[in-house]
Amino acid sequence: MSNKPIIRIALTLFISILGMNLAWANEEETPGKYDPVGTVMNHISDANEFHIWKGVHIPLPCFLYAPGEPTKKWTFLSSGKFEHGHKAIDRYVINHGRVNRIADASFPMGEVHIEGVHGKEEMQLVKGKEKEVEVFYAHYQGKEYKLEKPSTLDGGMMGGGITSFYDFSITKNVFTMMLAALLLILIFSSVRNGYRKNEGKAPSGIQSFFEPFFVFIRDEVAKPNIGLKHYERFMPFILTLFFFILFCNLLGLMPFFPGGANVTGNLAVTFVLAVFAFVITNINGNRHYWQHIFWMPGIPAWVKTILTPVEVLGLVIKPFSLMIRLFANISAGHIIILSLIGLIFVFGENGTSFGGGVVGAIVGGAFTAFMNLIELLVAFLQAFVFSMLTASYIGAAVEDGHHDHHDEAHHAH
Amino acid sequence: MTQFVFLGGFSVMQPDPGLIFWTTVIFLLVWVVLGRTAFRPIQESLKKRDADIQHALDEAKRAREEIGKMQSQNELLLKEAQEQRTAIIKEAKEIREATIKRAEEEAKVKVQAMIAEAKTDVEHMRLELKTSIKNELGNMALDIAEKLVRKELKSNTENMELAQKLVEEIKFN
Repeated sequence: MSNKPIIRIALTLFISILGMNLAWANEEETPGKYDPVGTVMNHISDANEFHIWKGVHIPLPCFLYAPGEPTKKWTFLSSGKFEHGHKAIDRYVINHGRVNRIADASFPMGEVHIEGVHGKEEMQLVKGKEKEVEVFYAHYQGKEYKLEKPSTLDGGMMGGGITSFYDFSITKNVFTMMLAALLLILIFSSVRNGYRKNEGKAPSGIQSFFEPFFVFIRDEVAKPNIGLKHYERFMPFILTLFFFILFCNLLGLMPFFPGGANVTGNLAVTFVLAVFAFVITNINGNRHYWQHIFWMPGIPAWVKTILTPVEVLGLVIKPFSLMIRLFANISAGHIIILSLIGLIFVFGENGTSFGGGVVGAIVGGAFTAFMNLIELLVAFLQAFVFSMLTASYIGAAVEDGHHDHHDEAHHAH
Repeated sequence: MTQFVFLGGFSVMQPDPGLIFWTTVIFLLVWVVLGRTAFRPIQESLKKRDADIQHALDEAKRAREEIGKMQSQNELLLKEAQEQRTAIIKEAKEIREATIKRAEEEAKVKVQAMIAEAKTDVEHMRLELKTSIKNELGNMALDIAEKLVRKELKSNTENMELAQKLVEEIKFN
């Protein structure tokens, strides 16, 4: 009881320092209204540079492809060359960390200094409806040039679409994936060496750290879902899925460089993983599997006419659910954490309210700490769920034809 | 505002072909490299170790069983040996007893023979002695008779009585 005042004083001191710093930092920022949604969306999006703090970026290599350009289709450069929106190179500029392109052919090629990039809200036709959309313009010699985003494959459904260029850059997400790949290769080489060194002996060091994961995936994911007969040849795929997703998730949880990228919370990444799962499942599908999809045995013909379309749709829906589940879980985690951090700026009214900033720091800090722990769980859980469901889909595809008859006998033993 | 963000600004839902390309490349690379150099060897090692452990356990079980078998065998041997020992001891006892008995009997027979021999010897000696004594006595009597005859044959009757008396004395002796 006697130490209560001390704690209170310490807490007050800590909070006031924190609050002052934030208030001071926010005064330094542009005095415009704080846009929580825009900030969060910007943070979870892919980018062509690593934002460390205001004014400090780590540039990344850009590989840009403009198929419509008659002379120079490919442009290779470092994103640091764009000088944060003050320079255009071959009509490319950087806008909110992402490379955009000026489609207007009257804009000069090569390195050109521009005044800046600004957004405007305009009415545009989205999915056949007039909607307010933010459009960005580059200012150059008193003129405005409209910016185009990199091409996306959503066909306009999500507000993207094919534009005048494609971005094959090593973006924040690609960099993080490469880092995850490198870490995986280094770590598992070391683990493999452990097995060579300790042959016939108990595991040691990093080997004993990863062995439980390995054995868990083998005994709890691969064996029960794929079956003892086939599980071995799918183990490398299942393990790669699990560890690749896990490492990307964990790197995404790191709040500082080289982490923080929302890799597995990007639909493109989960799409590729789901396509791999789909392809591996269906190229290994046996006669029995396809028979169950197109002409389910043992049921009346009129039921088959309903069931077959359902099963065929299921072929796509299964990997689709994998894609959405991982993407939604990881994106949601990032959004929640960023929103809780954003509370500080919302309550502090962008630096004008000291007390509000303090309250925001307490609430936001406590909840962020809590959410980070949940996200740590989710990082493991989603990696597990993705690999487990993939294993179960593969298991259904390679299941033996006479399984049904033996099933009861097997369970009885 | 919100409408625009979720349709125009939610870029994580717009699949970028560049990101798709790189994800495919990196995932394939990780799959091939790790599968070849790490996951398969690790799997084989784990399998081998599992088999080794199972083998060692089986071997231990077998060895234990064998030891148990050997123990019972040993016990059997021990029992047999003990039985043999008692049998040998018993036999030895019997032999000893028989030997003793035989020796005793033999001794008895010998002793008896010796006693008989001694007896006959004694008898012989007595007879010899008797004979020699008789001879001696005869000689003595003859001597006496000679002496008597030589001295004088004063009265026949007296002489006769005396002679008779002497003869009888000799007989008693």
